[in-house]
Amino acid sequence: MILSRKWIPYLLLAPTFLIISVFIYYPAYQSFFMSLYKVSPFGTSSRFVGFENFLQLFQSGGFIQSVYTTLIFVIVTVGIGLVISLLLAVLLNDKIPGIGIFRTLLFSPYAVSPAVAGVLWAFLLSPVSGYVSYLFLIVLKIQPQWLTTYPLALIAVMIATIWQNIGFNVIFFLAGLQSIPQSYYEAATIDGANAVNKFFRITIPLLSPIIFFLIIMNISSSVFYSFAAINVMTEGGPSNTTTTMMYEVYRERFFYFNNGAASSESVILILIMAFFTYLYFKFGQKAVHYQ
Amino acid sequence: MTKKQRRTVQVVVKEVTLIIITIVMLLPILLSITMSFETPPEVFTYPPRIFPNTFYLGNYVNAFNSIKLGRLLINSLIMSVIIVVGKTVFGILAGYAFANFKFKGSAFLFALLFVTIFMPADMIMIVPLYKLMVNFHWLNTYWALTVPFTASATSVFLMRQYFLTIPKELEDAARIDGASSMRYLTRILIPLSKTMIGSVIVINFVYAWNFYLWPLVVINSNSMQTAQIGLQMLMITGATRNWGIITAGTIIVLAPVLILFFAVQNLFVQGIVTTGLKE
Repeated sequence: MILSRKWIPYLLLAPTFLIISVFIYYPAYQSFFMSLYKVSPFGTSSRFVGFENFLQLFQSGGFIQSVYTTLIFVIVTVGIGLVISLLLAVLLNDKIPGIGIFRTLLFSPYAVSPAVAGVLWAFLLSPVSGYVSYLFLIVLKIQPQWLTTYPLALIAVMIATIWQNIGFNVIFFLAGLQSIPQSYYEAATIDGANAVNKFFRITIPLLSPIIFFLIIMNISSSVFYSFAAINVMTEGGPSNTTTTMMYEVYRERFFYFNNGAASSESVILILIMAFFTYLYFKFGQKAVHYQ
Repeated sequence: MTKKQRRTVQVVVKEVTLIIITIVMLLPILLSITMSFETPPEVFTYPPRIFPNTFYLGNYVNAFNSIKLGRLLINSLIMSVIIVVGKTVFGILAGYAFANFKFKGSAFLFALLFVTIFMPADMIMIVPLYKLMVNFHWLNTYWALTVPFTASATSVFLMRQYFLTIPKELEDAARIDGASSMRYLTRILIPLSKTMIGSVIVINFVYAWNFYLWPLVVINSNSMQTAQIGLQMLMITGATRNWGIITAGTIIVLAPVLILFFAVQNLFVQGIVTTGLKE
């Protein structure tokens, strides 16, 4: 059989679009649709309620609290995570003996899943066997209950999330730093710039496309992939103080069987991510300074 | 001090700083490894001890026995391999279409695919996707664990980026020699793109191996569950948490991807960095 070259690209794209249509586009459409209906807990009947689900969400304390928690969670984890990662990348951007080994080791949290990160930190922060808890006792003479009191539980999940994201961020930052021509720094040195000046006047501006990309990637991972760490560390508690929006969707749908509420919450999440995707395509397209 | 001496001091200071930072960063993993070899009395000693007296393997045996961890690891492996094969093969095909063909609607289809790049379907679509699984009667099957995730914008993007770097003259020459489009792809493009394909494979393997929420909701029998959920099972097993067993289980679940990462780190780095490149 001889295929006209005209049709080949469509055939090549067919599997990808088939999968994505059935398992992303159609569910996205369904989310919007389901968010406008009220479904009985066992899915036996449904009726159209318009924006009632959304109105109820904004009146329910649980949802508002989850938005608030997500906001704090994202700002802290993305902000602190990126600063630490950038500093580590600057340290790693050096030609000293053994630097390859340091890079490999500091990249390695990338391989750690959010669930593993959650368990590791739950262990370090646990009251009896936890080394970090013990450190707090001998150094600060306090014995905080990390996973069961507010706001420590939220901080504990944040620590696990920041730690887990560092590998990915450092890989990116280091690639970015290596792409900045050494001559820029040499010229600045001749002009009498000090290290701090060079960092803020050369490094940061030239890294800005990478910083922008990483902010969006980190928001996505903090909003969504932190779920596993929360699930193993605190299960959303104490008193819902670690219940992020994603955790709230899970709870509404799989514990309270409240399909309508869960759907409207996912629609809000989809819209938020659509907004960030739009920002990315609008402003992130400017040339990245690699090579 | 001479210039050379000053440089030596600088290097030593940097080395020491990096050693300390690396150890601190990896402490969660290192301390879990030592904890996993502690005997039950040592595990419950207070204050906690860092190094066990003996090389005790009982926690590993217990981790395997208490939650059928072996079975969960096999499930994770099957799930990851199927997802990796799907994303890689479909990614190559679609990447080839976008990189090497001019066709009607190509820009539109590209945009349509790329709006999904920051939308993790296994998370954001959980409610409708779960409903779909119920309708397909796929709950508790490998179908549910794998099929929805066998294609993704990221893999297509990575392959397309790489194919674009391969000189067009090669394709023209192959065509003059009478090679069909598929022959050019399988005989020339794919062999030339081995490292990028390697990157796509390892990145997707880590992604699939680390899946969490999705198996948690679509699988409700212990024998079909994946290793990541096994960790949560270990956390809620027993009246008091036995950190010896939990850390042993965690190390087992972490080890395959960590070893893979150390073995082919450049493939990871290349793939990860390419995702951030624009057209």
